[in-house]
Amino acid sequence: MAFVLRKIGLFLLTLWAAVTLNFLLPRMMPGSPTDAAIAKLAQNGPVTDATRKAIEAQLGVPDGNIFEQYLGYLHQVITLDFGVSYTFYPQSVSEMIWQAFPYTVILVGFVTIIAFVLGTLIGVLTAWKRNTWLDALPTLTGSFASTFPYFWTALLLLFFAGYVFHLFPTSGAFGPTASPAMTWEFFVDVLYHAALPALTILITSLGGWIIGMRNAMINTLGDDYVTFAEANGLKGRTVAIRYAARNAILPNLTGFGLALGGVVGGSVLVEQVFGYPGIGYLLFNAVIGQDYPLMQALFLMITVSVLIANFLVDIMYGVLDPRTRR
Amino acid sequence: MTTTQNVTKSTEKAMRPPRRLAFITRLAATLWANWKSRLGLIILACFIFVAIFAPLLAPYGASQDGFERNADASAAHWFGTTAAGEDVLSQLIYGSQISVSVGFIAGLLSTIVAIVIGLSWGYIRGFGADVINFIVNLFLVIPGLPLMIVIAAYLQNGGLVMIVAVIVITGWAWGARVLRAQTQTLRSRDFVTAARFSGEPAWRIVFKEILPNMTSIIAGGFFGAATSAILAEAGLEFLGLGDSSIVSWGTILYWAQNSNALLTGQWILLFAPGLCIALLALSLTLINFGVDAISNPRLREGKSR
Repeated sequence: MAFVLRKIGLFLLTLWAAVTLNFLLPRMMPGSPTDAAIAKLAQNGPVTDATRKAIEAQLGVPDGNIFEQYLGYLHQVITLDFGVSYTFYPQSVSEMIWQAFPYTVILVGFVTIIAFVLGTLIGVLTAWKRNTWLDALPTLTGSFASTFPYFWTALLLLFFAGYVFHLFPTSGAFGPTASPAMTWEFFVDVLYHAALPALTILITSLGGWIIGMRNAMINTLGDDYVTFAEANGLKGRTVAIRYAARNAILPNLTGFGLALGGVVGGSVLVEQVFGYPGIGYLLFNAVIGQDYPLMQALFLMITVSVLIANFLVDIMYGVLDPRTRR
Repeated sequence: MTTTQNVTKSTEKAMRPPRRLAFITRLAATLWANWKSRLGLIILACFIFVAIFAPLLAPYGASQDGFERNADASAAHWFGTTAAGEDVLSQLIYGSQISVSVGFIAGLLSTIVAIVIGLSWGYIRGFGADVINFIVNLFLVIPGLPLMIVIAAYLQNGGLVMIVAVIVITGWAWGARVLRAQTQTLRSRDFVTAARFSGEPAWRIVFKEILPNMTSIIAGGFFGAATSAILAEAGLEFLGLGDSSIVSWGTILYWAQNSNALLTGQWILLFAPGLCIALLALSLTLINFGVDAISNPRLREGKSR
């Protein structure tokens, strides 16, 4: 219990630091993001006082009291009121984010779990069959694929599977005729559109899990209890899975939370190439349109999501390995 | 008289401490013995060669245009031309200069930050260490690329200096954590205690006594940081957040996507720059296999079961 409380305390502290960083970021930048944002918004029609206040709370007033601004910003974060987006005028920033959020969570979440499971299994195999072709082939192809830039894999898949062979759709999250509803057809259509983005992330992230598990497993295979289990005449598979892999999976799991940050970053590039309407594509559009309020809110959203995922992994780690609870 | 002088000279030579940079030749020799890192070193050497001699190797200038637009591969243009009528092969050759130098400079700077923070953090105890721990963990969990994108968006078209700065700001934390762990295990060794009792100041113990014992981990950190710097630079350029007027592998892809190379079917234009990025990153990853084997002997001697 003390362990969970301490973790929750640390999580809240980190959350506060991330929210504060998000507050300081636009205020540390040269020029005035606030003026740029209001000027941009004025192109769409008169700016109301309420909108001006929302933007000032988020991006800063050059000569305002920094503590008052900070309180206003915190109020904004708690009520999730980030004002109006001007790239997608007159929709509010929060509306835009809630529309995009599920796509990215499902895409990144599912693919990361699949990559973790698959990569860990292959990693066990490579460590066990060390220095044979069963080791060299996955290790080398995996580490080669993990150096592929996300956007390059995405472009190549889009070009060959989309434009040349017409196997998969070239953009969007569902077809033009489909209507978002809880039907089987819509579900299949969404999966069909998510296939190429998902494959891109899988290709790039699988290698890291293979290498990580291989190295962890090689370390446990050198431990005395594994030698002892072998000396006792246990079957090879029992030693590999129940003795070595079981202990090697824990260090690999720590990487999970951190790898998630990398995958979320990569998904920005992947979503941009495939025109997939998730958080990353929205962030890209916000940046191109200099929509600072939307950009700032998106960055906060991404950071908080990754923090929550890391917190959950931390708690799970404590449950799986009692030694870390101390 | 002359003989005595000669004797003193030769003893002086024998007594002289090992050369400061001897570890680099030793590291290189160990890496060369491992076939994976040997392959990596060869690929890396090729890229550095191309980057240095780019003006001699490239058939045309980097942004020399006026050729036929969107041309396919031909004898005059081996990899075809871009939508602006530039020679793709020449752009690829000149592009290596950007990736190699950004990888080297950003990798070096993040490694220096990681060494300074990681070693002091591992050596000190108490509240200060907790504060650094918190800051490093914060930088580790905040997704790097989105943070880079946001900073780059505020600093409109900052060019390469901005990109390197952003990469260093977001990329030092991992190395710092690894180096801290190693410092903590070395901190309680006898030679450190001896140095402390002989009255050496803390900075000297950290950087003169502890640091030289971690060259392989530092080298590993450098290659890792350089790899992510190369990938991050290409990603930012691809999104159009760098200076899109320079010729780099990332901007070639940026212009290729913007000029609909997907529709005109110029697959070499899409394929070649990404392959170069991947091969350069792969060479560093391969070298790191050898570096890992130096720091972790269990990865070195092994057989199948």
